[in-house]
Amino acid sequence: MRNGWLSTATILVMTLTLFVIGGLILMGVAAQVVLGDLEGKIDIAVYFYPNSSESDIMNIKNSLEALSDVKEVSYISQDAVLAEFKDRHKNDATIINALGELDQNPLEATLNIKAKDPTKLQDVADYLQNKKYPIVDKINYYENQVVIDRLSGILAGVRNSGLAVIFVLAAIAMLVAFNTIRIAIWSAREEINIMRLVGASSWFIRGPFLFEGVMHGIASGGLAAILFYPVLWVVSPKLLVVIPSIDMHVYYQQHLLQFGGILIGVGVVLGVFSSFIAVHRYLRV
Amino acid sequence: MIVFDNISKIYTPTQFALKNVNLRILPKEFVSVVGASGAGKSTLLKLLIAEEKPTEGKIFLDGLEVTSLGYGELPKVRRRIGTVFQDYKLLPNKTAFENVAFAMEAAGAKDSDIREDVPEALGLVGLLDKADNFPHELSGGEKQRVAIARALVNRPEVIMADEPTGSLDPITSIDIIKLLLKINELGTTIILATHNKEVVDELGRRVITMEKGEVVRDEEKGKYVI
Ligand SMILES: Nc1ncnc2c1ncn2[C@@H]1O[C@H](COP(=O)(O)OP(=O)(O)O)[C@@H](O)[C@H]1O
Ligand SMILES: [Mg+2]
Repeated sequence: MRNGWLSTATILVMTLTLFVIGGLILMGVAAQVVLGDLEGKIDIAVYFYPNSSESDIMNIKNSLEALSDVKEVSYISQDAVLAEFKDRHKNDATIINALGELDQNPLEATLNIKAKDPTKLQDVADYLQNKKYPIVDKINYYENQVVIDRLSGILAGVRNSGLAVIFVLAAIAMLVAFNTIRIAIWSAREEINIMRLVGASSWFIRGPFLFEGVMHGIASGGLAAILFYPVLWVVSPKLLVVIPSIDMHVYYQQHLLQFGGILIGVGVVLGVFSSFIAVHRYLRV
Repeated sequence: MIVFDNISKIYTPTQFALKNVNLRILPKEFVSVVGASGAGKSTLLKLLIAEEKPTEGKIFLDGLEVTSLGYGELPKVRRRIGTVFQDYKLLPNKTAFENVAFAMEAAGAKDSDIREDVPEALGLVGLLDKADNFPHELSGGEKQRVAIARALVNRPEVIMADEPTGSLDPITSIDIIKLLLKINELGTTIILATHNKEVVDELGRRVITMEKGEVVRDEEKGKYVI
């Protein structure tokens, strides 16, 4: 290497930059999981009058599934609703006894509808409302509308501002790395000037710097990828308490190749691009 | 042939660094450019390799208009003109051999040619035994010899030297000038910017005298007149 100290400093700064970027990606993944969990909980329930024919309900289910906004529709039959109800109240003798006295199942079959995007639930609910199916008793969306609207608004807000924060932080990290590389190349300006004056072409001069940029990118991308191992090993048990549905340490191991690839890729692009720009101004001689 | 056609150079608006300079330098000439510090000698040489651009006028190298070339085309001109500087401008982390080889690599020479020509150039300047030394292991005169070897290794038509003896003691200076004369006798045009009076008077070659950016005297077999 041309300059051991500067190379080391450059690789360290780039490693930190890539670590920040990788951390932001992991935070994005975690946020996605949390948001997905929340979104999964938002749905529309449609209740059918007792003794509605199952085939009529299936027809409605099919027509709902054909809608492009709908992600999935699950059917819970009267019997299943009853079984669930009994299970929930199995310690309440009064209710169980009261149920036993009825000769008919009083509970209603249900369709649970999930939308691909919770903001589209309104359209689905309106669709059902307009069809005026005689067997539909009620649609609970209208009861929960305020809560659902507020929740999906918050989700969209978190997603957008999170993305903006990630971009800003990543941009800052990249600027720091870019400036470090510029300083490294500034220290070689006299050398570049000499090369220029003895008749070296721009590409001849750039070549070694770009190569160095590639090497710095690979080294720091690899280092950052490795650095996540111990860090996640320490952090993920704590995260697991907050976000039980994903173990970051395991997730990272499963996606190590992708992460390593992304970090090295970003590192190489950052290194080559910064070197190219930084050398450029000294070639104008 | 090198032609300076009505060249003016202004760095700062108040003052001409060069003013209406017209010159012709023929192949195989040995030309000294003399004048007080600030007279414009360095600027004249920098314009020839397009390190600076003139404010007005044109410069030709064998019919090629140097002043109209873009950055991409400059290396071609610079490989035809070897350059020697007062401060040597050697790459500090390369040996004498590598410094000379570098100019050939930059010009796209083959490895086999490099292995043959670099020792020849170092031999010509009398430094073959120091080929593996780094610049900081060489004396001023030796560094300047390496720089001269680098300047001539691509067999340029012209070698221009800007105060090559400016940092050297008188005896070493004479050695360097003798070396330039020897290279000139082998067929290379030499342009030497200097304010070393003894050297110029000894040479008995063409002398161009500059004052405040203008050519005030241009004599065959000239003397350094102040
Ligand atoms: N890069 C520059 N910017 C501004 N002025 C310059 C620059 N280079 C040279 N000059 C001015 O141009 C004039 C000629 O300088 P130079 O060619 O270096 O003279 P010499 O080599 O004869 O000493 C001087 O007045 C000097 O101050
Ligand atoms: Mg000068």
